[in-house]
Amino acid sequence: MSFLLDVFTVAAVSAGAFFFLAGSVGLLRFPDALSRLHALTKADNLGLGLVMLGVLPRAGGLLAALKLVFVWLLVLFASAMVSQLVARVARRGGSPL
Amino acid sequence: MTVASALAIVLSLVLLAIAAWTIAARQTFAAVVGFVAYGLLLSIAWVALSAIDVALTEAAIGGGLTGVLLIGAAARLRADEAAVSAERPGAALRWLAALISAAVAGAIAIAVLSLPDPAPTLAQAAAEHLSVTGVGNAVTAVLLAYRALDTLLESIVVVFALIGVWSLAPDRVWGGHPGPLHHADPNGVLAYLARLLPPIGIIVGLYIFWIGAELPGGKFQGATILAAMWLLVMMAGLADAPAISRTWLRILLVAGPLLFIAIGFAGALTAGAVLAYPEGYAKLLIKVIEAALMPTLTLTLALLVAGAPERTARP
Repeated sequence: MSFLLDVFTVAAVSAGAFFFLAGSVGLLRFPDALSRLHALTKADNLGLGLVMLGVLPRAGGLLAALKLVFVWLLVLFASAMVSQLVARVARRGGSPL
Repeated sequence: MTVASALAIVLSLVLLAIAAWTIAARQTFAAVVGFVAYGLLLSIAWVALSAIDVALTEAAIGGGLTGVLLIGAAARLRADEAAVSAERPGAALRWLAALISAAVAGAIAIAVLSLPDPAPTLAQAAAEHLSVTGVGNAVTAVLLAYRALDTLLESIVVVFALIGVWSLAPDRVWGGHPGPLHHADPNGVLAYLARLLPPIGIIVGLYIFWIGAELPGGKFQGATILAAMWLLVMMAGLADAPAISRTWLRILLVAGPLLFIAIGFAGALTAGAVLAYPEGYAKLLIKVIEAALMPTLTLTLALLVAGAPERTARP
């Protein structure tokens, strides 16, 4: 059982790291602000979600596990909102600063 | 080499690289972004050193609040940036500055490397007497019992900083509302964020303040989160910043440090020394001081970001 959990953690965290890597490559390589944002938010949501899922069995208690899920939900919320705000500025053609 | 030390080496190298990049960056805004990234990575370094309290403070104040202040400054300076960077100082002056900076860095490096091993520490003494203070978090005990004087001066300094920012106001708007009036679409994303996030943020901020007695956390980190929530509401145009002439505002701004000073001097009568706590009341008094400092710090930090008054007070 513990071995299976280890395999699950390694697989999920590795998959999460892959999404972060892909998102970072997209952020650096994509041509315009909107597609860069797209790459970034997907990486945040999926990458962090998978990392969170991977460490969930090791949280050591229901409350700690719920806190991890809550952290992920907050990041989801924040990244969705912030990408909307940045995208709005980008569409108007202004530089963010 | 263990995984942990490999991680520490990579982290240190990235930190040094970002620091160098921040100094070398030509654009003010790029340098500020570098500084914020540096602050966030530095807080990871503190976590790696098991200094969670320092990590929280670095993330909240060093990366977050200072970053916002610097972004505001960069935005104000943007109009003059081309003119300012055109008049670069001469080569001799720049070499002199580089030389002096390198000498200071070298002197600090020599001082750190010549420390005796193991380094002198008061950690054991601090942990031994922890039970006397009644709090479970050694950092809180240091900040509010062993070295309460430092914390008292710190809480006064931030109020002075705010007065400094306010004093930049022109005479005709003195006592008015800080910063520009923010307009945002009442049905837009920002207004939605400013309605949904503050209830969560207020609970998290108060939790971090309350847990500070036993676990990493405390008034500064909690107050930063509360200030951020208030700023979010202001920036979404849902509430205006209060005019700085408001009596309630001024009372709250000085209430925390004043209560701290009062309890400090009361200690001279009841416990035999200024800023000492009578036996058995240490934890209660520490929490009372922290609770009184919370509104002061929240208001000060938020109003530091809001800036100098720019609009006359509405009646």
